[in-house]
Amino acid sequence: MSLVKVEGLRRLFPVSPGLFRRKTGFVHAVDDLDFEIGIGESLGLVGESGCGKTTTGRMLVGLETPDQGSIVLGQADGTQMDVVNLRADQRVKFRRQVQMIFQDPYESINPRRTVFETVGEPLLIHGIGDLGTREEQIREMLRKVGLAPPESFMFRYPHELSGGQRQRVAIARALILQPRLVVADEPTSMLDVSIRISIMELMSRLAKQMGVSYLYITHDLAVARYMCDRIAVMYLGKVVEIGETEQLLANPLHPYTQALLSAVPVPDPSLPPPQVQIKGGIGKAVDPAPECRFVDRCPQAADVCRSTPHPPLEDKGGGRLVSCHLVDRSSI
Amino acid sequence: MTAPKLPLEESGGRAPLLEVDGLVMRYDTEAGEVSAVENVSFALARGEAMGLVGESGCGKTSVALSLLRLAPENARYQSGSVRWEGVNLLDLSDQQMREYRWAEISMVFQGAMNAWNPVYRVGAQIREAMDQHFDPPLGSSETEQRIDQLFQLVGLDPAVQRRYPHELSGGMRQRAVIAMALSCDPKLIIADEPTTALDVIVQAQILEELKEIQQDLGLSILYISHDMAVIAQVTDTIGVMYAGKMVEFGSTQEVFHRPSHPYSFLLLSSIPSVTGPRRRPMSLEGTPPNLLAPPSGCRFHPRCPWATEQCRQEEPPMMPIGPSQWAACWNAEQVPQMGEPAP
Repeated sequence: MSLVKVEGLRRLFPVSPGLFRRKTGFVHAVDDLDFEIGIGESLGLVGESGCGKTTTGRMLVGLETPDQGSIVLGQADGTQMDVVNLRADQRVKFRRQVQMIFQDPYESINPRRTVFETVGEPLLIHGIGDLGTREEQIREMLRKVGLAPPESFMFRYPHELSGGQRQRVAIARALILQPRLVVADEPTSMLDVSIRISIMELMSRLAKQMGVSYLYITHDLAVARYMCDRIAVMYLGKVVEIGETEQLLANPLHPYTQALLSAVPVPDPSLPPPQVQIKGGIGKAVDPAPECRFVDRCPQAADVCRSTPHPPLEDKGGGRLVSCHLVDRSSI
Repeated sequence: MTAPKLPLEESGGRAPLLEVDGLVMRYDTEAGEVSAVENVSFALARGEAMGLVGESGCGKTSVALSLLRLAPENARYQSGSVRWEGVNLLDLSDQQMREYRWAEISMVFQGAMNAWNPVYRVGAQIREAMDQHFDPPLGSSETEQRIDQLFQLVGLDPAVQRRYPHELSGGMRQRAVIAMALSCDPKLIIADEPTTALDVIVQAQILEELKEIQQDLGLSILYISHDMAVIAQVTDTIGVMYAGKMVEFGSTQEVFHRPSHPYSFLLLSSIPSVTGPRRRPMSLEGTPPNLLAPPSGCRFHPRCPWATEQCRQEEPPMMPIGPSQWAACWNAEQVPQMGEPAP
C-alpha cells in the first residue's frame, strides 16, 4: 500500500534572454515523473545539481504547483487526497500530514524566535491543545531529537545553538505534528562529517518510531545508502532508474547510474581512483529534444537512442525500473 | 615543549620543499587569545601531494594561510618556522614575501570559483595576476600563449578565456581558478576544498586532472579538505588536525589502513561508503572545544573513549607508530583495527 503516488508530474520554468523580453523556451525541470512512496518507507532522490530533485520535493509539499500530473496522498480511512487540486477544507489536513526539512539550518529557522516558539508554532497554527499540553508536547519532542534537558534549550535563540542543534530543532518542528510524509532536502550536507552521522541516525530512528515516510533528497549516494530503502536516480528532470538501495548500488543498470556511482570517491587509498567514463557537466534541459536525455554524454549510446524518443521507465524485474533502450531483463 | 622532529628522509629520499616546524599561531580577539595552530610540524617533498583534514575550525586553513603569510591582521606567530627550500618565510619582510606568493606557492582558495570579478573576462583576470608576478614581465603574445596552454592543461577550450564568469558553469569556473593558480609556474599549490561545491562527476574529473598535472609538472599539492574519501584518493601523505593540533601524520596508506589516533579512527569510521559491506558509520559524539580555553592535556580527551588520567594531565607529543606514521596519543596501541567497534 503506497502513501504517495506521483504520476506524470511535470514542472516547466520559462526562460527569457532578458528582463521584459519574450519567453524563448522552457526549462524542463521535472518532466513526466512517476514514483510511489510506501508507508514508513524512505525513498532517496539522487542526482546532480539542476536535475530537478528539489523541485520535485517542493511540489510534494505544495511549495510549487505542477504544470501537469497528479500527486495523490493515501488517507488513513482508505480515501485518496488529490494534492494538486486541494479543496479549501483539505488544505489544513494536508499540511498536517506533510512537512519539510530544509538544507540550511542557518537560513530555515527564524532567528528572532526561541526554540519553544519555533517548535510550537505548528501546534499553535493547527490549534492543538492549550498552552500546558503544548509545552508538554514540545518538551517531549525536544527530548526525542536529543535536545535534552528541554528546559536548557527551550528558551534559546538560534544563534545560541550549533549547526547540528539547529538541524535538530528543524527536525523537531517538522515532526511535532506527527506527519505521515517528510520531505528532507539535503538535511545533512551543510553539517560537519562528525555531526552528520548522528543527525542521520536520529532521522532514521524517529521515522521508525513514528511511522513517517521520507522523500530524502541528496546528491550523495553514500548518504542515501544509509538513509533510504529505495533510491530513485534523476537526470535532467527524468527518473532514469529506481530500485532497492543495495541492489541498485551493487548492480546499477542505467549508464548514468553507473557513471554517477563510479565517480563517488571511496575512502580507501589502496583502491584506484575513480575513472569517469562520461565527459562534460550536466546542463539544463531547455526545450530538450525528444530522444533520450542522456544520449550526448552516454558512453554506450547506440543508433536506437538517437532515433527514438526518451525511453519509458520499464520494470526490468525485481522491482527495478530503468529508462534505457539498451537494458534488457536479463541484466538483473 | 619542543616540536617533534619528523625524519624527513622517510619521504622517499626526496628533498623537502617545505618544512613546517613547531608552528604556533594565535588570533588576538576581544574575547581573548584563540589558540588556532598549536605546535604543528610537517614536511612536504617536491612532487608530493599531502592532505590536511579535520572538522571545521580545526586550524587547517589557518596553517595554509600561514604558509603564504596571508593570515588575518590579528594573527600572531608565537614560535616555530615555515621553511621554504631552507628560507624561513616568517622572517621575511612583506616585500620579500611577495616574491614567493603565486610565483613559488599559489593557492586555490575555498569558494574561489565564486570570487571572479563578474565584469571582466576570465582571461583578463588571469593576465592581471601574471603581469603582477612575472619578473621580468612576459610579452603580451607570450602571455596569451601561456593562458591558452594553461586552459588546455585544465581541460578547458582556450576560447573560454574570452567569456565572462557568469557564462561558465561551476566546474568550468573552478578549472579556470586552477589555471590561474598555475599561471606563474609555482612549485606548490595549496588547494582549500577545491571540489566541495561541485557535483561528484565533475569532482572526479577535476581531481583526475589535478593528479595528472601534478605528475606532469612535478608539482607539490597541499589539499585541505573535510572529505576523507577525496583525500584518500589524491594524496601521498596526510595530516589529521584537531582543535589546532596535528594529532596524526603519516603516509596516506598507513593512516587509512591503521589509524593510530582515536580521533583519526573515529573520523574514518564515521564516513559512509557506497562500496563494501553496509557498515553502520560510527558517530563521533560531542563538539570540538572552545579554543579560547582549550582543554588541559590532550585536546581530544573530553571526546575520547579511551581517555585516561594521563590524557587529562599531560599533553602527548608526536610519537612514531610505524616507519612513516606518527600519532600524538598516549594510548595509540588501544585504538582498534578499522571496522571494529569502539568502546
